Amino acid sequence: MWKFHKWFERHTLILLVGILVVVSIGGLVQITPLFFIESTIERVQGVRPYTPLELAGREIYIREGCYTCHSQMIRPLRDEVERYGHYSLAAESMYDHPFQWGSKRTGPDLARVGGRYSDEWHRAHLADPRSVVPESVMPPYAFLANADVNASLMPDHLRANRLLSVPYTDEQLANAAIDARAQAEPMGEHAYDFQERYPDALVRDFDGDPGRVTEMDALIAYLQMLGTGVDFETYQAEAPENQR
Amino acid sequence: MADKRERDEVTGTDTTGHEWDGIKELDTPLPRWWLYIFYASILVSVVYWVLMPAWPMVNGYTKGILGFSDRVNVAADIRDLQSARTPMFERLANASATDIAADPELQEFARAAGESVFGDYCRTCHGAGGAGAPGYPVLADDVWIWGGSMADIEHTLRVGIRADHPDTRTSMMPAFGRDNLLTPAQIGDVTEFVISISAANSRLDANNGAAARGAVIYQEQCAACHGVSGAGDRAFGAPSLVDDLWLYGGSREEIRRQIELGRGGVMPSWEARFDSGTLRALAYYVHEMGGGEPDAPAAPPATTDAAAPAPTQDAPAAAPLR
Repeated sequence: MWKFHKWFERHTLILLVGILVVVSIGGLVQITPLFFIESTIERVQGVRPYTPLELAGREIYIREGCYTCHSQMIRPLRDEVERYGHYSLAAESMYDHPFQWGSKRTGPDLARVGGRYSDEWHRAHLADPRSVVPESVMPPYAFLANADVNASLMPDHLRANRLLSVPYTDEQLANAAIDARAQAEPMGEHAYDFQERYPDALVRDFDGDPGRVTEMDALIAYLQMLGTGVDFETYQAEAPENQR
Repeated sequence: MADKRERDEVTGTDTTGHEWDGIKELDTPLPRWWLYIFYASILVSVVYWVLMPAWPMVNGYTKGILGFSDRVNVAADIRDLQSARTPMFERLANASATDIAADPELQEFARAAGESVFGDYCRTCHGAGGAGAPGYPVLADDVWIWGGSMADIEHTLRVGIRADHPDTRTSMMPAFGRDNLLTPAQIGDVTEFVISISAANSRLDANNGAAARGAVIYQEQCAACHGVSGAGDRAFGAPSLVDDLWLYGGSREEIRRQIELGRGGVMPSWEARFDSGTLRALAYYVHEMGGGEPDAPAAPPATTDAAAPAPTQDAPAAAPLR
């Protein structure tokens, strides 16, 4: 024992390899089984990959650091379930790269904010939070309404997500740039094709500015679908495989 | 580095036997109290592995003999909560405004339940105490766009306004300016007419010539919903134009702007989020904010049931944790 100690201390490389072996045991034991355990992700109906516009909104959400104040994880605790709705399921963030879990709540949890407010409220609130919530400490994001969504980046974003095993079809990939605009243009020429590709997505002019597809459109499209995916009519919360 | 362990004279402790350029390292033993706590922690962790969910395995994980589960616990918590509330909520679900008013216990419960839900879901738009905001109606006054009886309020809560519910309350004022349905001059005339019939006339002083021209356009374009006299029509959610209360602002410019844009707000439908008792409590709370109207006198329970279809059916069917 004492001899090995000397051996490790005298050779940096051996010490380094030794550290890696020890640390990776911890990782292997904790992380690897998650890929194989059946119950890690619940079997649910209704969770779908983000549309290009929603994904753009998600990028803006991350870019603006919304996650520093808002989590997207309702914990299985009585008060949280009472306030926000059904606790979050792992399945609900299976297409999130990276996920937005957390418990840092300077602002409220947003895991089920979808459908809770009108688009108009979101516009007013993002542009000037204190116009609708006087005690809010959220900074204003009025500039989002003046910035066009960069639709040309969306094919790359979708491709990157597909590499991470989000099941986008070739057709969805090929039309990502068109779809990013089509979702916010219900009267546009591609609205019908968009709905064929994403049957459950909301198609409307989210930012109230029919002429443009702005970052405000993208962010509101994202917020309005948060937590609305899982069909809780079919989800068996009490089933043994979903209890943990 | 030498391997000679020796006793240090000053401290009386052994050295590790390592030496770097004449510097030696003491091998001071760990304090006993620290060591015992360390061993105890190891013991506790072994006990924990046995009792609680701990080790990941190839196809599952060790469940622990206590069978602890957050999800089971929260489901039980919510069930307890519901069974504690259910008797009151069931009484509430079948109570009219007058029933609630006659029963102090029920009244207090409805007010508390309504206030809590209102504070979380409604206040963000309608303001604390229902004070309203531009575009979001005041709930504390006696002016109602879609009706102010408890049945009307509850129906609005259930189906929402221009929401995704199949029976949602819906109507759409045309954007007379944006969609070029009227010329700017015509819109100006209609604005003057609307001011002339409203109580705002005393402060805005409508131009009589323009108002006379506007009256003709009003009868053609606006009277179908807002009424010939401008009294409004709740069937269409068309607000009264004769008072001096304006959803989108009461200045001449703001009135004109509304005729140009025809804005209409959206209120989400709450039927899927809340059970019947909660909706009734919320309706009661809003009804009592100041301007609630009595329910329709003819057969009040029947109208309540018709306006709020099957209030008792969906309560248990809804996912228990929502």
